[in-house]
Amino acid sequence: MKALFFICALLIALPGVAAEGGYRLDKSPNDPRDLVSLQAGARTFVNYCQGCHGAQYMRFNRLTDLGLTEAQIQDYLLFSAEKVGETMKTAMPQKEAKAWFGVAPPDLSVIARSRGADWLYTYLRTFYRDPKTATGWNNAVFPNVGMPHALWTLQGERTLEATTVKDPEGHEEVQYKWSQLSPGSLTPIEYDALTRDLVNFLVYMGEPAATSRRAIGIVVLFVLGVVFIFAWLLKREYWKDVK
Amino acid sequence: MSGRLMALWNWFDSRMPTVREQWNQHAAEYYAPKNFNFWYYFGALSGLVLVIQIVSGIFLTMNYKPDAALAFGSVEYIMRDVAGGWIIRYVHSTGASAFFVVVYLHMFRGLLYGSYKQPRELVWIFGVLIYLTLMGEAFFGYLLPWGQMSYWGAQVIVNLFGSVPFIGPDLSLWIRGDYVVSDATLNRFYALHVIAFPLVLLGLVVAHILALHDVGSNNPDGVEIKKHKDANGHPLDGIPFHPYYTVKDLAGAVAFLAIFCFVMFFVPEVGGYFLEDNNFIPADPLKTPPHIAPVWYFTPYYSILRAVPPILNSQFPGVLAMGVAVLILFFLPWLDRSPVKSIRYRGGYWKGALALFVVVFFVLGYLGTEPTTVWGQFADKWDILDTKDVATWVARVCSVLYFLFFFLMPWYTAADRVKPVPDRVTS
Amino acid sequence: MNEQGKVDKTRRTLVVATSLVGGAAGVGAVVPFVASMWPSERAKAAGAPVSEDIANLQPGELRIVEWRGKPVWVMKRTKEMLESIKQADSKVTDPQSKVSSQQPDYAKNEFRSLEPDLMVLVGVCTHLGCSPKQKSADDKAEMGADWGGGFYCPCHGSKFDLAGRVYKGSPAPINLEVPKYTLAGTTLTIGVDKESKGA
Repeated sequence: MKALFFICALLIALPGVAAEGGYRLDKSPNDPRDLVSLQAGARTFVNYCQGCHGAQYMRFNRLTDLGLTEAQIQDYLLFSAEKVGETMKTAMPQKEAKAWFGVAPPDLSVIARSRGADWLYTYLRTFYRDPKTATGWNNAVFPNVGMPHALWTLQGERTLEATTVKDPEGHEEVQYKWSQLSPGSLTPIEYDALTRDLVNFLVYMGEPAATSRRAIGIVVLFVLGVVFIFAWLLKREYWKDVK
Repeated sequence: MSGRLMALWNWFDSRMPTVREQWNQHAAEYYAPKNFNFWYYFGALSGLVLVIQIVSGIFLTMNYKPDAALAFGSVEYIMRDVAGGWIIRYVHSTGASAFFVVVYLHMFRGLLYGSYKQPRELVWIFGVLIYLTLMGEAFFGYLLPWGQMSYWGAQVIVNLFGSVPFIGPDLSLWIRGDYVVSDATLNRFYALHVIAFPLVLLGLVVAHILALHDVGSNNPDGVEIKKHKDANGHPLDGIPFHPYYTVKDLAGAVAFLAIFCFVMFFVPEVGGYFLEDNNFIPADPLKTPPHIAPVWYFTPYYSILRAVPPILNSQFPGVLAMGVAVLILFFLPWLDRSPVKSIRYRGGYWKGALALFVVVFFVLGYLGTEPTTVWGQFADKWDILDTKDVATWVARVCSVLYFLFFFLMPWYTAADRVKPVPDRVTS
Repeated sequence: MNEQGKVDKTRRTLVVATSLVGGAAGVGAVVPFVASMWPSERAKAAGAPVSEDIANLQPGELRIVEWRGKPVWVMKRTKEMLESIKQADSKVTDPQSKVSSQQPDYAKNEFRSLEPDLMVLVGVCTHLGCSPKQKSADDKAEMGADWGGGFYCPCHGSKFDLAGRVYKGSPAPINLEVPKYTLAGTTLTIGVDKESKGA
């Protein structure tokens, strides 16, 4: 039986964790407990993303989770709505957006749950200049994406050179070389921090209840542990009869 | 009980005469074997999960909108705007997978101890009917969140019905209510999932338990406890279900709930197996996901379906194989020709076959969650084959082994060595 | 027999203890289900306080503001209107606004308002929920010679004065509801008052 289990575990582990044979993903360093990071991410989202992308399932007043007051939300984040009770819709009309970009910019409420933090973190940092696309931009993680580099003023312009080399065993490998064309207003480290915060916020937005979920879970397991002790003692007491 | 309460009970009991008898017959004086082990928790746990799903389901329907334009949003509404909504959602999604974990373990117990053998064939048949109904229930329910996987999974499975000769296309059209999976399909799947199939499920569970209680439970030794009774007519190796098994199942239920809650509160997605990543993308009829896979509990059969190549340009043989793989379960009581029930007294053929069956089931299950390219290709010189995917060939071998487990059973169970079965239960 | 008694006692204690602990856990499990039936965030947002700028509200002008799906009447009362309220004291069922459910404490006064010249009333008849019509003091032909102005419900004939107090003889039993509201400069916010942060 045990051997069976190990064989199965091995088989499942075989394919490994890889981006579908493409650009290798960096691990996102976001910390869901860092409220300052989340607030910074919210600010970046509202300033740079909400022009095109909505987060229609996210209510502004829920952002009090991040340690903000409703007044602060109203003053600093409420661009696309009038009241804090409203949802974070985008101002861009969907039909026109489809005409402009080929596909309407997707809603980002649960993007972190479908793409994952690592993908988003790497995606936001691997845009490069490409004269062959409609927007003039391309992306290493999402080739030929319809989205231009919304954060280019912060990261600056970069180019990417991809060369395919064969290693001694004959396996093909793609090597990537990044070059900075023009600087952005942030240093690479600052830009990484900004995207880390933005991804942190996107992860939070994907499931605002995540922190409560884990906290309540601890209490629930503890309570069930106590109930189990009593239930087991009760069982043992009754089963003394059975020989 | 106080005098007044007793009087009230008597008033009720004399007008509903079967209540006291039913309690006695099915609990206080239902004599079950005293040697039930770990494998015997899963029947009661299946009942528990059924109740959990119904209760959480009711509260979900209070806020869910079965409309193609509103469904996805209504699930997020439940997750965010409804107080405690996220708990209810996760209970239901965890419960759906937990249901299959528990049911598969429950069925495996049957294989271990020959619980399907005479005189319990009907218990087994009702059980397989419950399994089929459960698969339908899960299939209909999975469309409701209206994510990419929901939509395309339904599209693929309904199209399978389209491969049935002659009536196929009309059958698919009738099931869908439209030319593609659409709002019409969503609405009818909602009706089937919320009320039709749950009612059928409840009826079958009652029948299953009634059939069981009529003949009495099996046990890990496969010994018929009714053969030896005491002066009162109670089996010597039996104990009343209440209080002994009510109390034992209570402890088992609490342990199960602890595991359930661990998953629910800490890893509700289970790496994408319980809640798939792609299902957080709203359904898009114009964009097919690169990789469509059913939820884990269907994947063994999906593997078998995929392993069978098209024959005469029809996918129907694969569909047929998948159907037979499930329906063959009905015939188990008659395929197994062993004079002995429990694996404890069976020989090497059965033990080897069962062990192999388990491995095959897991391998098929795993392969069904991945694209057929997951284990790479054979070398170019094998171009003569219809496909060079290693995984497909492994699935084909496993599918054959799966069917051989059943088709060869009459022979190897009859030829198997058996050990003498004790007269009384051992442990 | 003694041992049997002891065993029974242990059993009894364990059954009670397990039931209590299990019951407590059960109550905890029920909480999210019951909680889910309270108004959701969407419902609360839709029912959020509404602000209205009354800087250019003219004397005698009636404005209707929607709050929680109900019409709220906002009117700047003239001196004549305030006079007519005083004169209606003997003609109304509850002149002192004794029924406390119908107004917040700060509206339990002569004119049922924060400030005498600002009328804020929920325009829903307290009989069976129709929306009454405004009938000015000039409308004596229809309303009678001693009509000082107010509101008349066409459904079953209830009459209310300009403070929303119900006239004797009306089918409606109690005064029109005064909602919570605050006034900050010329901004009227319906649905909150100084103590609560919104109902």
